[in-house]
Amino acid sequence: MPDPILSIQNLTAGYGATPIIHCVDLCVHLKGIVVIVGPNGAGKSTLLKSVFALNKYFSGSVEFMGQSIVGVKTADLVPMGISAVPQTSNVFANLTVRENLQVGTYAAPPKNPAATLDMILTLFPDLREKLNQPAGQLSGGQRQMVAIGRAMMSDPKLLLLDEPTAGLSPAYLERIFDLIQQIREAGISVLLVEQNAKQALRIADMGYVLVNGKNGYTDTGKNLLANDEVRHAFLGGGLPA
Amino acid sequence: MIDFINYYLIPGITLGSIYALGAVGISMIFGILRFAHFAHGDLMTTGAYIALTAVWTLGVPALAAIPIAVVGTALVAVLLDKAFYKPLRDLPSIYTVIASFGVALILRSAIQLLWGTDSQVYVVGFQKPLVFFDSFRIALRHMQIIAFTVVIAITLHFFLSYSKTGKSMRAVADDPELARIAGLDTEKIIRWTWLIGGGLAAIGGVFVGLDTDIHTNLGWNLLLPMFAAALLGGIGRPLGAMLGGLIIGVAEEICTFPIMEIEIISPSYKSAIAFIIMLALLLFRPQGLLKGRVL
Amino acid sequence: MELTGLFFYFVSFLTMAGIYAVICLALNIQWGFGGLFNAGIAGFYAIGAYSAAIITSTAASNNVGGLQQPIFVGMAVAAVIAGLVGWGIARLCVSLKSDYLAMATIGIAEIIRLVIVNEEWLTNGSLGVSNIPRPFEGVFKGQTAEIVFVLFVWIIVLLTYFISQRLHKSPWGRVLRAIRDNEDAAESIGKDTHSFRTQTFVIGAIFMALAGALSAHYFKYFSPDATEPILITFLAWVMLIAGGSGNNKGAIAGALVVWAIWSMTEILTGFLPSEWATRSSYMRMLLIGLFLQFVLQRYRSGLLPERAPKLDKLRRS
Repeated sequence: MPDPILSIQNLTAGYGATPIIHCVDLCVHLKGIVVIVGPNGAGKSTLLKSVFALNKYFSGSVEFMGQSIVGVKTADLVPMGISAVPQTSNVFANLTVRENLQVGTYAAPPKNPAATLDMILTLFPDLREKLNQPAGQLSGGQRQMVAIGRAMMSDPKLLLLDEPTAGLSPAYLERIFDLIQQIREAGISVLLVEQNAKQALRIADMGYVLVNGKNGYTDTGKNLLANDEVRHAFLGGGLPA
Repeated sequence: MIDFINYYLIPGITLGSIYALGAVGISMIFGILRFAHFAHGDLMTTGAYIALTAVWTLGVPALAAIPIAVVGTALVAVLLDKAFYKPLRDLPSIYTVIASFGVALILRSAIQLLWGTDSQVYVVGFQKPLVFFDSFRIALRHMQIIAFTVVIAITLHFFLSYSKTGKSMRAVADDPELARIAGLDTEKIIRWTWLIGGGLAAIGGVFVGLDTDIHTNLGWNLLLPMFAAALLGGIGRPLGAMLGGLIIGVAEEICTFPIMEIEIISPSYKSAIAFIIMLALLLFRPQGLLKGRVL
Repeated sequence: MELTGLFFYFVSFLTMAGIYAVICLALNIQWGFGGLFNAGIAGFYAIGAYSAAIITSTAASNNVGGLQQPIFVGMAVAAVIAGLVGWGIARLCVSLKSDYLAMATIGIAEIIRLVIVNEEWLTNGSLGVSNIPRPFEGVFKGQTAEIVFVLFVWIIVLLTYFISQRLHKSPWGRVLRAIRDNEDAAESIGKDTHSFRTQTFVIGAIFMALAGALSAHYFKYFSPDATEPILITFLAWVMLIAGGSGNNKGAIAGALVVWAIWSMTEILTGFLPSEWATRSSYMRMLLIGLFLQFVLQRYRSGLLPERAPKLDKLRRS
């Protein structure tokens, strides 16, 4: 396996005085897609947020490309090469699509902004004709694309996505999962929190099932899908897909 | 009809321009820092007095003193933020609102200490108005105030739409959390907000001095109509706030225009107009006329 | 200073501190219990002062007044008028977010000020109302009267305190704190938050008016310039925050301490060189403004912090 880009060990984090996740281990490899699944309240989003310094850190280590990022401020993570897309309110509604994408470059200007914009518009062709529309006027799926596009404008090495398919129609769902694979092909590692666990695990190299804030099952996406226990408890049962 | 234009509409637009310059800052601060800045009027007063000192010591006309007032007030605004608002940034916004009340008092009493409480003027003497087409009369100072404000509005529009800082400011006003996630340097944007808000407030303050006179309550008295203007334009929409200022200023002046020789609203109550507009907005259309954000 | 002089300085200190204590308790009901940000305290204070002045004054110049009614009638009228005005405002404004409520209440105070300055038939305009009696004036004279008045003021303070304390401990008070801390949750258990807040605002307004009435009787004269409106509003806020909002004892302690500091700044500025003497009052304002910042940054929860199990006081709006 290639080198790890993100390595989490023994992480305990949460909000205020209460830890939500306990002693969690997680590893994202270079150009890997890693999916975090698990029941509601298992601490999936909390884990993602603690990578991005958006909640309270208690103990453990978080290393990005071999360097500890514990205590690094959110705004400083973007220039280091990590971008995040929150689950809700993830676009600047009063800014146009073009401006949303431009804002993505401010923290860490890409070497060739025009080429990056072009790459993103190739990934999301729908956005090309909406460039001058306020992002708030777009549909949910299109907004999700603007949000992912904005995060990719800074040429990140690691992309954190918090339930990018939440509330999207099945058609869009497929497209987002396609996109995530294309993003990986562009050389970006992806750490993904997903409710649509089955589809997500299908594209994942590694899957982490969180249970009550702890590591439950960890395996390749394929093996998790094949694991009866996991399937029954967390993937809504049924035959292996 | 020409009386209406000369004595109600033109002074209304002038007053509206002054409100506009103050309301811009209030709207930007409300949008980006998420609190109602009750010391904004007193920043205008600060600007007016800094310009007054420049007029006294350098012997320049008031308009030429504007750059000095802008720089001075912008710096005061940044320092006030550093000393009094920044330490409260992570608390509920109401603490910052209370602090800004205190800052209003601090600024005003500092001005009273430094400059005294007598009313002052930049230029002594009566200025003859310019007359066009035999009947249209406009004072030179009104023309200057209106023209300057128009130029500022256009500049501000380009700044917000095309500059990196302007777009970042709009992004933070839209969603501060997302702006942080996108890696924007929020503190730098906040500094810019104070520089621009303070600078424009100073220009507004000098204009008040040009239009009438300079006194220590100058800015505090304008606070309410400026809040109304910021609300009217929609919070976090600086140009909307300028338009709101214009509307409030014109409304205040023309509502005292006697219809069939009856004054419907006595001029002594005209400052209540802004308040009534504000209350109506808060109750029925809190997003403002131009659909700003509801806080 | 000789001893009697000092004693009567202390009496006048306690009188003003007492009047502020009533305002502060009233503000504590609105803000400390209800989370309602009132920046127009001076307006209700003025309503109380003018109502009492007009009802009880023994002679009037050009305005209505000189009605020569007993002081208790004056205070009752002050309470009723302030309550009605407060109710009207509250109906419209209490559901506004705190920043907006601050703007709205400043506006209302401003309109009240405009009415007072402009409606000469009612208030005698900028000349003000004079010939306002003090309670028991016929019975006690001279220095005894000063002592009687300070007792009168503090009886009102204690009365306000007990009423406020009862409210605080009652189920009503508990609902109010619930609304303050989490409006949605309170609403979800079927509490009419709007009506609870309205009641809070009205009760606070009534006590602010009583404080105004007290000061009209104390000064025996009241005009738009008799008191600086922003100073009253501001001092009351400083007092409540320094004392501990949400705590009635804290409100009284804050009034005493801050009024002591405020009085001390007068002594301090007395040492200024004579060319600065005329500006000493601005110096005092500056100092009290800085004092507020100090309290906000260092001693936010006040001398006597609120004691009920405390949740996050206010969510960032």
